[in-house]
Amino acid sequence: MQELLLIAVGSAFVNNVVLSQFLGICPFLGVSKNVKTAAGMGSAVVFVITIASFVTGVIYKFILGNPNIMNGELEYLNTIVFILVIAALVQFVEMFLKKSMPSLYNALGVYLPLITTNCAVLGVALTNVESGYGILTGVVNGFATAFGFLVSIVLMAGIREKIEHNDITESFQGTPIVLVTAGLMAIAFFGFSGLI
Amino acid sequence: MNKCVERIYNGLIKENPTFVLMLGMCPTLAVTTSAVNGIGMGLSTTAVLIMSNMLISMLRKIIPDSVRMPAFIVVVASFVTIVDFLLEGFVPSLYDSLGLYIPLIVVNCIILGRAESYASKNPVLPSIFDGVGMGLGFTLGLTCIGIVRELLGAGQIFGIQVMPESYQPITIFILAPGAFFVLSCLVALQNKIKKAAAKKGKAVPQSAGCGEGCASCGNRSACGGHLIKTEAEEKGKEQGVQ
Repeated sequence: MQELLLIAVGSAFVNNVVLSQFLGICPFLGVSKNVKTAAGMGSAVVFVITIASFVTGVIYKFILGNPNIMNGELEYLNTIVFILVIAALVQFVEMFLKKSMPSLYNALGVYLPLITTNCAVLGVALTNVESGYGILTGVVNGFATAFGFLVSIVLMAGIREKIEHNDITESFQGTPIVLVTAGLMAIAFFGFSGLI
Repeated sequence: MNKCVERIYNGLIKENPTFVLMLGMCPTLAVTTSAVNGIGMGLSTTAVLIMSNMLISMLRKIIPDSVRMPAFIVVVASFVTIVDFLLEGFVPSLYDSLGLYIPLIVVNCIILGRAESYASKNPVLPSIFDGVGMGLGFTLGLTCIGIVRELLGAGQIFGIQVMPESYQPITIFILAPGAFFVLSCLVALQNKIKKAAAKKGKAVPQSAGCGEGCASCGNRSACGGHLIKTEAEEKGKEQGVQ
């Protein structure tokens, strides 16, 4: 239990997926104009990463990393299988939500297709395998990582709403000031490294 | 032949993926802690890009339009796996320092973007040179950022001490925040150059990176961003309703 908690805090705050591992930078910069959209994107990522880490964990445990199939030599297929599974999974989740949970679909639906090429999803799946996490640990790690993403993108959107009308030097308007903000946030997140 | 040279010029300068289009930001920020890592990542991506452009261009009449994205992903992922093994076997030190970011070349939007917007519509030879140009442009971008960060953060370039002994390295530049700061200065510089060029009346290529939002992105069809309505479109719709 304590180990799971350590992993969760570690991947949500200490090794924050955006600010220290640089995964999922694109949505972090692109979809952080206002808090509402950022929260939608963040929750969609939490949803997809948690499911994806479970599914990839199961596939790895029973097929790719199974010593009884091909002497466990299928590991080289990790990247190919994971990316395809994630792409198919996102499509499937989208269809499922549309059919059976329209309210959730309305909140998250538009962000789902964007997530297929979000490197955080594949990154988490590969990290889980590389660190030798089991299915449960993998899911906890995935959820925590995605939660870290949610926290940082919402914080970023909040800051961007505040600085929108500030008087910024002409060249630094737009992307550059966002990057400076991200840098300062990354420094602030260094503070969490004392937690573990 | 002219077209091939034009493709290389296009990738290196005119539509440089790092500085002009702002694509592939994740590896750009993550692996540029030193110039060597930047070159290594750039060349690995170049290799994947050339091979995938070539194969996709060869198969462009066979792949049905409706499943082209999964097909491209399989092609790219296969080449990434090959590069991953080659690096592990022959350049283990680089393999260790790039780590997770090698398999993540699969989701680098430069590669899928070029497959979608160039290789799937053009003959084999220009597509190969498009891959060479774009790949080298990306390598150039990563190496430049790597040099700046290594110089400021460790006082070295390619591992060779260049700053005088009395120079106190600003360690933050080789840590995570430094990546954001260096990139932000580069983009600001680029904005300034663009503004100056726009005043002279030159046409400036639009940045396609995610920093500008999905509306202006040339890669929208590759990432699914075209499904998100732009603010302008939404406003137009609201006005239409009223």
